[in-house]
Amino acid sequence: MSDTQQDMHAQSMSELAAGLDRGDFTSVELTQSLLDRIGRLDEQLNAFITVTAEAALEAAARADKARAAGEGGVLNGLPIVHKDIFCTRGVKTSCGSKMLNNFISPYDATVVEKLSDAGAVVLGKSNMDEFAMGSSNETSYFGPVRNPWDLARSPGGSSGGSAAAVAARLVPAATGTDTGGSIRQPAALTGTVGIKPTYGRVSRYGMIAFASSLDQAGVISRTAEDAARLLGVMAGFDERDSTSIDRPVPDYVGGLNKSIKGLRVGIVRQHFDAGLDEACGVRVKDAIAVLESLGATTVEVDLPNLDLSVPTYYVVAPAECSSNLSRFDGVRFGHRAENAEDLLDLYCRSRGEGFGDEVKRRIMTGTYVLSAGYYDAYYLKAQQVRQLIADDFKQAFAAVDVIAGPTAPSPAFKLGDKVDDPITMYLNDIYTIGANLAGLPAMSIPCGFVDELPVGLHLVGGHFAEQTLLRCSHQYQQATDWHTACPADFK
Amino acid sequence: MSLSKDQVQHIAMLARLKLNKDEYAESVEKLTRIVDFVDQLSQADTGGVIPMAHPLDTAQRLRPDVVIETNERDRLQENAAAVSGGLYLVPKVIE
Repeated sequence: MSDTQQDMHAQSMSELAAGLDRGDFTSVELTQSLLDRIGRLDEQLNAFITVTAEAALEAAARADKARAAGEGGVLNGLPIVHKDIFCTRGVKTSCGSKMLNNFISPYDATVVEKLSDAGAVVLGKSNMDEFAMGSSNETSYFGPVRNPWDLARSPGGSSGGSAAAVAARLVPAATGTDTGGSIRQPAALTGTVGIKPTYGRVSRYGMIAFASSLDQAGVISRTAEDAARLLGVMAGFDERDSTSIDRPVPDYVGGLNKSIKGLRVGIVRQHFDAGLDEACGVRVKDAIAVLESLGATTVEVDLPNLDLSVPTYYVVAPAECSSNLSRFDGVRFGHRAENAEDLLDLYCRSRGEGFGDEVKRRIMTGTYVLSAGYYDAYYLKAQQVRQLIADDFKQAFAAVDVIAGPTAPSPAFKLGDKVDDPITMYLNDIYTIGANLAGLPAMSIPCGFVDELPVGLHLVGGHFAEQTLLRCSHQYQQATDWHTACPADFK
Repeated sequence: MSLSKDQVQHIAMLARLKLNKDEYAESVEKLTRIVDFVDQLSQADTGGVIPMAHPLDTAQRLRPDVVIETNERDRLQENAAAVSGGLYLVPKVIE
């Protein structure tokens, strides 16, 4: 085996694309080597729910054939992993739940279809918090995912399997979804790049719904360039998603090399209040100083309703979840209780047995806030506060191009530490939730370490400013090397 | 405000969730904490604020009412636990 073949797992997607183009290795060789790596290392991480080895090798062989014929899409032969929330035809799509442990999707999500059409090779489906409800990956029916930087710690959630797989070099990039921070928080906790695009930028068709006004698909990768490459394929209008936005997709990769001289970076004072781990705050401020050294200017901005974002989210998201998850009835698909006495018993027991604790809690919270007599006090009120939060951002983006701050209040925490206290767990998403409530694009990139654990820099942009976020991140990564750090046991 | 056991039972029934005894006790405690937490919204001054209907300030897109899907009943029913003659089977509803 040549050197270039030996270190395939360490290469970014862009480097792998160049290697395939040069003929250093084939997609079959690359795919097989990563499958071997998954087989050898994933036992420690539990990042995968399903590995689709056979289908992956077939797709890789097709990609090699296409390449030989001078054909193939922009991701031809490049390996990816899908969060197990994306419906994948003929493959178990569990959403991390016992409820869907027996569900073989009869169709592909638009995201899956688009990436496969571009030639991507799907290695498998990644572990996640059940129905994407969690910030630590501990609510998964398939057990928690472990953080490659410290196996006793959580990789964050809910896209924890995708983040851990990318951080451990089991795959160069993976899909994720983000309802309140589920791409960005695990990216921060695992030292990877995560982007949540503008609401409606990427189709939600075939992405199992949690909270439909907040959910958005995105990418976890090791470089901003790879995120740009994948997002360019995933984004775009889809007839099958009624909230999909019909608007051209810019050339994200083409825009990366423009300098950020003159970029106006907003700093929110409250982001650095007592809630933030002090050492994390120092790393984030250092990162902002790097942006300044690249020509960006900083401006202090105010988000006066920031403190209300978490309680707002924990009304809106559970309300939408209780409605979306009412489709699981034990009749058409999913877990079905045995020996039901009558139809009501079938519904109640199928759902009682199929859903885990956190999912039940959110369904009940949502049912409560939507129930007669409480709707105005909770749901309507939350949608009003949500509008205030969106207005705050709008006002801020009149003065700045991006807002920079911490992604998460602390580095990766120990598995088991927060699992018994829902409120502490919910507060993990304090810096990320605002972008979901306002439908804004946001991104986390690695910006240093605290006690040998990665820290993330959070960047939020105005609607459809993905290109600005990607460019800012890419320029930062050209000037720093935090994103090249690899967990010791996964080199 | 503390939720009562009766309230939680009512919510669980509305949500069609059967909980066991331990789950009830835990739900009463944790749902109370969650409701207390979101209660801070009541402090916000939202006088005259129109509740958000869409994060992008746009209206829902409509499409012409034409058939675009084909009938794939058999394939879709492969995921059902009990079907017969193209119908889903459930416990007897009418005596």
